[in-house]
Amino acid sequence: MSDLKSDLRQFESRILAAVTAAADEAALESVRVAALGKKGSISELLKTLGGMSPEQRKENGPLINGLKDAVSAAIAARKDVLKAQALDARLNTETVDVTLPVREPPAEAGRLHPLTQVNDELTAIFADMGFAVAEGPDIETDEYNFTLLNFPASHPARDMHDTFFFPEKPDGSRLLLRTHTSPVQIRTMLHQKPPIRVICPGRTYRRDSDQTHTPMFHQVEGLVIDRQAHLGHLKWILEEFCKAFFEVDHVKMRFRPSYFPFTEPSLEVDIQCRRDKDGIRFGEGEDWLEILGCGMVHPKVLQNCGIDPDAFQGFAWGMGIDRIAMLKYGMADLRAFFEADMRWLEHYGFRPLDLPTLAGARGRPEWVRKLVGDEALVMKMCLPGRELHSPPPLRGRPVRLRRTGRWRVARYTAWSVEEPR
Amino acid sequence: MKFTRAWLGEHLDTAASLEAIIDRLTMIGLEVERVEDKAKELGAFIIARVISAERHPNADRLRVCMVDTGTGAPVQVVCGAPNARAGMKGVFAPPGTHIPGTGLDLKIGKIRGVESRGMLCSPRELKLSEDHEGIIELPSDAPVGKKFADLIGLGDPVIEINLTPNRPDCAGVHGIARDLAAAGLGTFKNAPIDAVKGAFPCPVNVKLEFGATPSLCPGFALRLVRGVRNGPSPDWLQRRLVAIGLRPINALVDITNFVTYDRSRPLHVFDAAKVHGDLVVRRARAGENLVALDGRSYVLDETMCVIADVRGVESLSGIMGGAATGCSETTTDVLIESALWVPANIAETGRKHGIHSDARYRFERGVDPAFMVPGLELATKLVLELCGGSPSEIFVAGDARVEQKRIEFPLTELERLAGLNADPQEVRRVLGALGFSVAGQDTKLSISVPSWRPDIEGRADIVEEVVRILGVDRVPSTPFDRGENPRKPVLTQGQVRTRRAKRALAARGLVEAVTWSFIDRQSAELFGGGGPAIANPISAELTDMRPSLVPGLVAAAQHNADRGFGDVALFEVGQIFKGDRPQDQLTAAAAVRRGRSKSFGTGRHWSDHDGAADAFDVKGDALAVLAAAGAPMTAIQVVPGGPPWYHPGRSGTLQIGPHVLGHFGEIHPRALDALDAEGPAAAFELILERIPEPKQKPTRAKPSLELSPLQPIERDFAFAVDRGVKAADVVRAAQAADKSLVAEVAVFDIYEGEGIAPGKKSIAIAVRLQPREKTLTDAEIEAIATRIVDEVGKRTGGVLRA
Repeated sequence: MSDLKSDLRQFESRILAAVTAAADEAALESVRVAALGKKGSISELLKTLGGMSPEQRKENGPLINGLKDAVSAAIAARKDVLKAQALDARLNTETVDVTLPVREPPAEAGRLHPLTQVNDELTAIFADMGFAVAEGPDIETDEYNFTLLNFPASHPARDMHDTFFFPEKPDGSRLLLRTHTSPVQIRTMLHQKPPIRVICPGRTYRRDSDQTHTPMFHQVEGLVIDRQAHLGHLKWILEEFCKAFFEVDHVKMRFRPSYFPFTEPSLEVDIQCRRDKDGIRFGEGEDWLEILGCGMVHPKVLQNCGIDPDAFQGFAWGMGIDRIAMLKYGMADLRAFFEADMRWLEHYGFRPLDLPTLAGARGRPEWVRKLVGDEALVMKMCLPGRELHSPPPLRGRPVRLRRTGRWRVARYTAWSVEEPR
Repeated sequence: MKFTRAWLGEHLDTAASLEAIIDRLTMIGLEVERVEDKAKELGAFIIARVISAERHPNADRLRVCMVDTGTGAPVQVVCGAPNARAGMKGVFAPPGTHIPGTGLDLKIGKIRGVESRGMLCSPRELKLSEDHEGIIELPSDAPVGKKFADLIGLGDPVIEINLTPNRPDCAGVHGIARDLAAAGLGTFKNAPIDAVKGAFPCPVNVKLEFGATPSLCPGFALRLVRGVRNGPSPDWLQRRLVAIGLRPINALVDITNFVTYDRSRPLHVFDAAKVHGDLVVRRARAGENLVALDGRSYVLDETMCVIADVRGVESLSGIMGGAATGCSETTTDVLIESALWVPANIAETGRKHGIHSDARYRFERGVDPAFMVPGLELATKLVLELCGGSPSEIFVAGDARVEQKRIEFPLTELERLAGLNADPQEVRRVLGALGFSVAGQDTKLSISVPSWRPDIEGRADIVEEVVRILGVDRVPSTPFDRGENPRKPVLTQGQVRTRRAKRALAARGLVEAVTWSFIDRQSAELFGGGGPAIANPISAELTDMRPSLVPGLVAAAQHNADRGFGDVALFEVGQIFKGDRPQDQLTAAAAVRRGRSKSFGTGRHWSDHDGAADAFDVKGDALAVLAAAGAPMTAIQVVPGGPPWYHPGRSGTLQIGPHVLGHFGEIHPRALDALDAEGPAAAFELILERIPEPKQKPTRAKPSLELSPLQPIERDFAFAVDRGVKAADVVRAAQAADKSLVAEVAVFDIYEGEGIAPGKKSIAIAVRLQPREKTLTDAEIEAIATRIVDEVGKRTGGVLRA
């Protein structure tokens, strides 16, 4: 019996040597088949157990089965090793050039026009103060654009608006392209009972074209009608708006008496600013920049809209959306807004996931702080003015903003007051 | 409106600085547009005497001058002017002076080896004229060492205000002075104007003849002055007119211009010798003609008011006089006219003729009716002073009486409209200083409006006057809370859709453009037309209201291509016009993809195959807009074909039943040609108003979610169909085979070529079955598969491929 024992030991070492020598899974498999396959050497040995006496079987069974288990384990272990080697070998051939650029995701490549972003910003700011958004048609009647707004027929005030007209109709009337969004105020007052709080953003048109004037531009007007709204409230709303829009804690505004046919008293508003190489900073400096026109709604306008001027009162204001966009984001030339130059749009436009001010920009330094962890940089980004919001100006176009003494962004900042002479 | 500081001083006693005056003007509503201060600009230039002028040792044309500048030792100056000579007096600029004519700062320099410590200036260097022939020569009595600007009277700064049209009274220096005085900046002189006694009756009579038509001339005053000597007006008058940009002509004309600017009272002078018979003020007759003082001939009609004599029209009322009766140096008898006109009529006539005269400017805004006769007296006084002569009595036609406007004004109005708490005494003082007369008790004022303020009509105007003069700064900024109104959405459905559409398109890599609302006629007609044409367009390219956003976007894409950026994807969401009524204005969302601007990225990239943007890129864009706008996506059908500006075989129409929402596809090459653009390019356009409003639900809750525990089964089918068969029909047939079990059908392969008969194509679909109640048996799955094959065969003629 010791024969069998030593035979098995030799047998085992031979097979184990073959397992170790197997260079790949195929070789290992043939070793396995040779040993453990149906006709394998160990299988043959196991078969001999049947012909043994119970005593022999009792003695040899465990020996042969032990051999089988040892070989199986060795094969399994070798198999794992070979598998790992094969995987490593395959992976070694599977390299890619990870420096190849990936495509920019569409949501990063797409842009919203700055006018869209600014429109959303001011909608959010005024919504917070309880204003709804009203809109009206671009093609208007003379009545809504002028007459009901207390522009006397043939009065020079009408000449201040270089108006686009449509051909005269058989009844002598002629339609026009609205020169301001004030007709929307008229439509609102005619169709809604006070109290009224709306802003009216939209496209407006005047026959004029140079660096600071385009025949089409955008205005937002505001209108409040109730029983006690007065000039002091108007001042407060405009100050709150300027602080929120330009994202500064303090703003100094100057209200100058002026003239618009549809308000009485009428005021023009300048905002204090400082201009340096990075753009315009608000809330500091020595210059005054005209940004809007406003006033108490003229009693005649209220009457024209069927509102009793002794019971109700209110105020209105108007400013150029393109203008305030230029001031906040630093574009130099109004005409570029409508040229659809991809370079300009990519530079000054906004990504679709950029949240408008009030909802978005104020919160941004917080995550910047977490991301960057650099206090100095965060402080810089929190500064009022340009670092956070404005891209640097595009090169190549001259800036002409300064007129006399104070900054002036030309007459479409607001309701026009400039004389045609 | 322009005037000078000294001119203002004749009506206002004030010690205020120029800066203080400018600042106050702006803050009371007389916005200062420009200040021209020659005294400041030329302040460094001084009067000097040339002691000697020797030839330059190294240059024949230059002279080395020793100059006495009034202080210290003589200064050596090298000068090239031919008239530089010993003994003359000129204008000296010391080193460091900014020379306005050259824009440079003067430095000490060496000219051909000789040092020069300053400059003797020519008129051009001082920007006084274009003359650069030689240096300025001053009279021999000019005081050496004194400022040059003072010598020639340039020490008077010119102020220009941007006058609002409601303030005709401030189109005269007198009115501006009154406002400044009311604002506490000095004392208003308001010197009385004495009547000039006439020596004889005015020999020329005036008739106002308007027949049955409304009068265009409320009043007309006329006076003759006999025996005048007309010639150049005196220096002070000429200087004043030149300073505000007017050309002195002769004394009589200069006087009318002076009174116009001094008192906002336009006047006209006729040479009496050239006027024949009496004057008639009437409407012009159609076809009548006038050669005006500007030398141009104007054709008149019945809407215009004229002054005529027996020969015909001699003057266009309130706008411009006629050349034939104008005053010249030879005039000896002068008729002075001071009249009142109907503002709207003057404005209309002026606009028709395109005449912007100082007279029109004031009459169309409304001059002071009470000043018609005093204005004539003032002019007479000046004529007598400057030209001598003997005045007639004044002939007045019409009724120049002034209606007194009265406004009842409770002081509480200030608080109500302006939030201003003002002392009643203060309010009375301000109104009084502005010329209002105030009666009534303490808090209930009865205010009469001065005749020169046509803009004051009601209580709000009085509030403005008080606030304007006291300063808006006095009105405290007052928090304005949102009140009791419930918080409602601030945007309408349409506004929400516009915003969502924009962000959805930008998220697909498109860049938003804002293009003109008006386009050229040809493009408008090509894209359906319907938008009205502008009667007075600004250019031939911007004539018609756009019926579609596509032409503007194609042009914008082409402009980018012309600049070297050919792969562009632009979109716009904005108004289009199908007519001129408010309901004809619609909101469209549109995009144009040009070149390699695919939906997954723009430009060539190593990771994808080359290819131009096609119908499927823009179809994706259109569907993204529809989804963002909340359209019922399952109800949307895609029908092949679109309007004629699309490729007939590569375009589609998006509709719900017969209701068209918009189109997409490659742009027709002929349309691109007509727009002068290169292709290929693809576009879509949807009209947001046409998307049905989602049904209003009682709550915001979403429908409950059912998650089946049973595993879905997926089966693939490939059908051979005719090439013309639409994939959508195959999909719909598969869906119809079992509406409850078929959860999803996806097209995963389209194939033509080997193995497929000519004229046929293979459409492969993957069908996902979602068991509802129990796991499906093989037999049940087989039965559904058979139904799918049958249904596709029945609807499309498709045959299951082996």
